Amino acid sequence: MSTAVEHTHPQLGFIRKYVFSTDHKVIAIQYIITASAMAVVGGILSMLMRLQLAWPSEQYPILGDIFPTGFAGGIMAPEFYLSLVTMHGTIMVFFLFTAILTGGFGNFLIPLQIGARDMAFPFLNALSYWTFFVSCIVILGALFVAGGAPLGGWTAYAPLSALTEGNPGQGNGMTLWIVAIALFAVSGLMGGLNYVTTLLTMRTKGMSMMRLPLTQWSIFITSILGTLAFPVLLAAGILLTFDRLGGTSFFVPGGLIMGQQLVDHTGGNPLLWQHLFWFFGHPEVYIVLLPAMGIASDILSTFARKPIFSYRMMVYSMSAIAFLSFVVWGHHMFMSGMSPVLGSLFTLTTLLIAIPSAVKTFNWLGTLWGARIRFTPPMLYALGFLSVFVSGGLSGIFLGTSAADIAMHDTYFVVGHFHMVMAIAPLFAGFAGIHFWFPKMFGRMMNDTVGKIHFWISFIGVNCVFFPMHALGVVGHLRRIYDPLQYDFLQPVQGMNQFITISAFILGTSQLLFLGNFLISIWAGRKAEKNPWNATTLEWTLASPPGHGNFPGELPTVHRWAFDFSMPGAKKDFVMQTEAPEEVEMS
Amino acid sequence: MSVVTEEIKGIDGLEDSLDTGGPPPPALPDGNAGDGNSGEPFSRFPVSKGQLGLWLALTAIAMLFAGLSSAYIVMRGAPSWQNVALPGALWVNTFVLLASSVTIEWARRRVQVDRMGPTKFWMGATAGLGLVFLIGQVVAWRQLVSVGVYLPTTLHSSFLYILTGAHALHILGGLTALGYVLIQTLKNRYTASNHEPIALCAMYWHFMDGLWVYLFLLLILA
Repeated sequence: MSTAVEHTHPQLGFIRKYVFSTDHKVIAIQYIITASAMAVVGGILSMLMRLQLAWPSEQYPILGDIFPTGFAGGIMAPEFYLSLVTMHGTIMVFFLFTAILTGGFGNFLIPLQIGARDMAFPFLNALSYWTFFVSCIVILGALFVAGGAPLGGWTAYAPLSALTEGNPGQGNGMTLWIVAIALFAVSGLMGGLNYVTTLLTMRTKGMSMMRLPLTQWSIFITSILGTLAFPVLLAAGILLTFDRLGGTSFFVPGGLIMGQQLVDHTGGNPLLWQHLFWFFGHPEVYIVLLPAMGIASDILSTFARKPIFSYRMMVYSMSAIAFLSFVVWGHHMFMSGMSPVLGSLFTLTTLLIAIPSAVKTFNWLGTLWGARIRFTPPMLYALGFLSVFVSGGLSGIFLGTSAADIAMHDTYFVVGHFHMVMAIAPLFAGFAGIHFWFPKMFGRMMNDTVGKIHFWISFIGVNCVFFPMHALGVVGHLRRIYDPLQYDFLQPVQGMNQFITISAFILGTSQLLFLGNFLISIWAGRKAEKNPWNATTLEWTLASPPGHGNFPGELPTVHRWAFDFSMPGAKKDFVMQTEAPEEVEMS
Repeated sequence: MSVVTEEIKGIDGLEDSLDTGGPPPPALPDGNAGDGNSGEPFSRFPVSKGQLGLWLALTAIAMLFAGLSSAYIVMRGAPSWQNVALPGALWVNTFVLLASSVTIEWARRRVQVDRMGPTKFWMGATAGLGLVFLIGQVVAWRQLVSVGVYLPTTLHSSFLYILTGAHALHILGGLTALGYVLIQTLKNRYTASNHEPIALCAMYWHFMDGLWVYLFLLLILA
């Protein structure tokens, strides 16, 4: 580090350096750790759900002590089960995946990979994180208020969500839910604005858009999606709040009877909520999935030691997916009484997404084709991403077809589908990213053996958990039922529910391997050199971890794209983006 | 020579058909990054960070109102829809806001030619008109209340309050920023070559003006 840089950045105290920092690397790690903590909460909630589904109405006196109302008498209350569904979904979609992939990896990687010293608006960046942090506290607060958490699922369908008196959880719990989501949306907007501005205006010399690593492209497109989608959720939240607290009737129809009492609202339309929510909700799927695709692309190419297959089509197909994601929201509403003509139209647009998705899948396979793959843990996770993305994506074709969806709607087939494609796929990409960039974040390596064991348990585990759900769904197991044994036709398949639950417990417990590996490696991992994976992008030219201001001295000049692996004639099998043509050692 | 290419070279005929990582594609001439190969200088992005950031923020605001007004347009067809008479104050307020857009544009054009006196005056006038607009909106709401039209009275009145309220909050936010920039202007912080905050305020203000015209037309045409 040059002395000039040190002079301009005086030593900061602990609080300014690690807590209220405006350094993008610190903010990124704050995002990653906060989101991981939320993931632990969300994961525990899902374990409780699985417990109930496998052995409904069993008595668990210990849980009765921990949750005196939720497990009154040691037996889970139906309302408690539904609040678990809501909180698990909300926490995982927003507070884990959206936060960790764009907030965590976006923050960490944008300046490092494009050759900038920090984000365009560092203060806004810190504000974005702290707004997110407050929203985490508020959503967790919903678990502790009188009446408990809301029951309507992460989609908060009206009119249930629009009435405070529907159920105890729809009172304070639902209000906190709306506040948390509004704060989250604002935080996401601040972040997205920052990412797009940084990516467009702060690239270093030679870093043209078409030389960006695919991770950067994915975060760029995701941020634009977020900028267009989150405000619509905010608009829906405003209308919902006024329905709940201001006596308006946007979403509550007239003549609605709840708890044997006529509700004092007139003339609203519950479907309006679904339209507004899913106009945001479907792009949200890709806000989660696109960064995962970008991260996986870069990691697959690095460990295949081959250039990514068809870089430009990767960029164009991500753009196409992003565009299409705004015109498919109706496929979440096939059962809402939609006109069959409109349903066919939404089927068409939905199935069109299969084209860019397949382009990406075959490009990944093309990247792997004939490669001498290095099976490091990040590569295993990236391959895991590819596998579950394909199996989850294929079931989407069934659900995107309105005729088939009428049978599958609201069953465990849907649960299996979206967990595979938008939960487990990004989860594996997240594992891959953390393992891959851990040396750059903390200056040490995560343990490879533990990583491999964790990958195999997780990979087999998720398939044992989510694959049988498709079968359960075809049998007719509905998604939000509290006690499957109350339905005669589900009793023969209860064994499958128990198998899923046991697999889920093993899968859940095995995540401790990852957490332990992560935490212990921060202090006790092997020291990492500059470029432990022989990757090509700019962050690997820096010390691990990079200092404040990222690049000591001059900003680097970029001479090539990010994928010069196994270049014919070159001595090494990778050429850094900073190497000028005449600098490349030839053999 | 890497191991992979070595191996492929050994197989007759396969060499040409496999992608062994050819030379990198040339940088697209996208005009916003220098070329590291030719050493041409890094040409900056044509728009400043602040401008781009504001554009994105305005995009988000536009989407917020697109969401609200699409709900309005859909609900207008509901059988329970009942129009309420718009308060007369809204016409005055519309005129005030349009005038404030003109004054801030004058301020922006004066600062470009370094005429700081008129700049200060027109910036101050804009802030004053903005304040008058906000007071006028409160008067409009009081007029509604005086004829017994409240937030939950009809769908039209609900939207009327929420659309005008959301817009007023954005004006309030803009006014806060404008107040700060006004103070800086009075302290002679800006010159013809350095006045981006004034330009950004003007952009935001024009957007709010246009947004109001859109919302007002929407409410009139109910």
